[in-house]
Amino acid sequence: MKNKNLYNYILGIADNSLILGQRLGELCGHGPSLETDIACTNMSLDLLGQVRSYYQYGAKIAGDGRTEDDIAMLRKEREYFNVLLVEQPNTDFGYTMARQFLFDVYHFLMLTELEKSTDLNLSAIAKKSIKEVSYHKRFSSDWIKRLGDGTEESHKRIQTAINDLWTYTDELFHQTEADKAMVAEGVGVDVTKLKDAYYEEVNAVLEEATLSVPESKYFQKGGKQGIHTEHMGYLLADLQYMQRTYPNMEW
Amino acid sequence: MTTTEQHINPKLVKVLESISDPEIPVLSIMDMGVVRSAVIENDIVKIEITPTYSGCPAMDVIGDDIKRAMQKAGYKAEVDLILHPAWTTDWITPRGRKALEDYGIAAPLDEEADKSVLLEGKQLVKCPQCGSTNTKMISQFGSTACKAQFQCNDCQEPFDYFKCLK
Repeated sequence: MKNKNLYNYILGIADNSLILGQRLGELCGHGPSLETDIACTNMSLDLLGQVRSYYQYGAKIAGDGRTEDDIAMLRKEREYFNVLLVEQPNTDFGYTMARQFLFDVYHFLMLTELEKSTDLNLSAIAKKSIKEVSYHKRFSSDWIKRLGDGTEESHKRIQTAINDLWTYTDELFHQTEADKAMVAEGVGVDVTKLKDAYYEEVNAVLEEATLSVPESKYFQKGGKQGIHTEHMGYLLADLQYMQRTYPNMEW
Repeated sequence: MTTTEQHINPKLVKVLESISDPEIPVLSIMDMGVVRSAVIENDIVKIEITPTYSGCPAMDVIGDDIKRAMQKAGYKAEVDLILHPAWTTDWITPRGRKALEDYGIAAPLDEEADKSVLLEGKQLVKCPQCGSTNTKMISQFGSTACKAQFQCNDCQEPFDYFKCLK
């Protein structure tokens, strides 16, 4: 493949949204209330829509006959480059919102920079997606505050979720080889530069939610290299079941 | 306000106006603002549409509907999906806004009004049933990606609000 770095860079962005979209989709019909159920599946739909644009572009670059569906559905676990944060299970609504919030703040910052990419396809996708992601961020931030500043029980549970998921936040700002190459070309976003703004924003919301900012300095990593947590295999089994059972099936 | 020129061949306007959004049948795709260009080149109609939301499942249907309607009108059509410039609710025409209201969906206000709702500020979203602005938001996400759920405090009717997107 000629543009291997660009291809991998696109997957790095798209896989985050695909896997998070899959997690949110699991709540279809299982959300804690009708409104939150619809909200989570709406966000899932937005993310999957964005993913299609990325994978279509990726398929064009790969130029080996694979389609967007092949890229989304038929890779092995080690070939997915999403961060560990997005593959963490729903557990309860607190975890679901904590994961969403910790990703949304990053996602919004990243897209703000990707809008300026010299790659016109990526910048167009970013400009489209950021409008949707601003709604996601508003929704998840709102819930962090409601749960944190809610009852004793909700406060306890959202704090537990934030504490547990905190260890996956630092990975968002790690650069891969593809990242470095694309930043050098003006195509990619230098994620290391987003870190300060990210924690500033996250901490401000946590403070407003009367939650404490976790102090642990130990962070997990690996997703961006394809080394995933134990949850990923189960998630992919669900995601890929239809394609594996009925090869080449279409809607 | 985001402005971009739409290049629509006048000959095609009537056909395009006959096609509606499958989720909101009262709204034509022209009034919705999703048709960005429609030109005739060497007897082939080339049409560019842009999605309201990335994951909008109506886009595939709209593309097929366009091809079918054009064929009926004697044209062979090619439909392309473009992302840039990104769709905004500003592109819904005044006629489209009226159609939405009549159908029972509150038309989008501006971005400030959307924020105001969330911050429990001034109430601005008008109930399409009774016209009261004494309304509250039930959920930021509604029956489709482009809508939020509201309820009127006066007539108690729940209703959809077309989210502002800029």
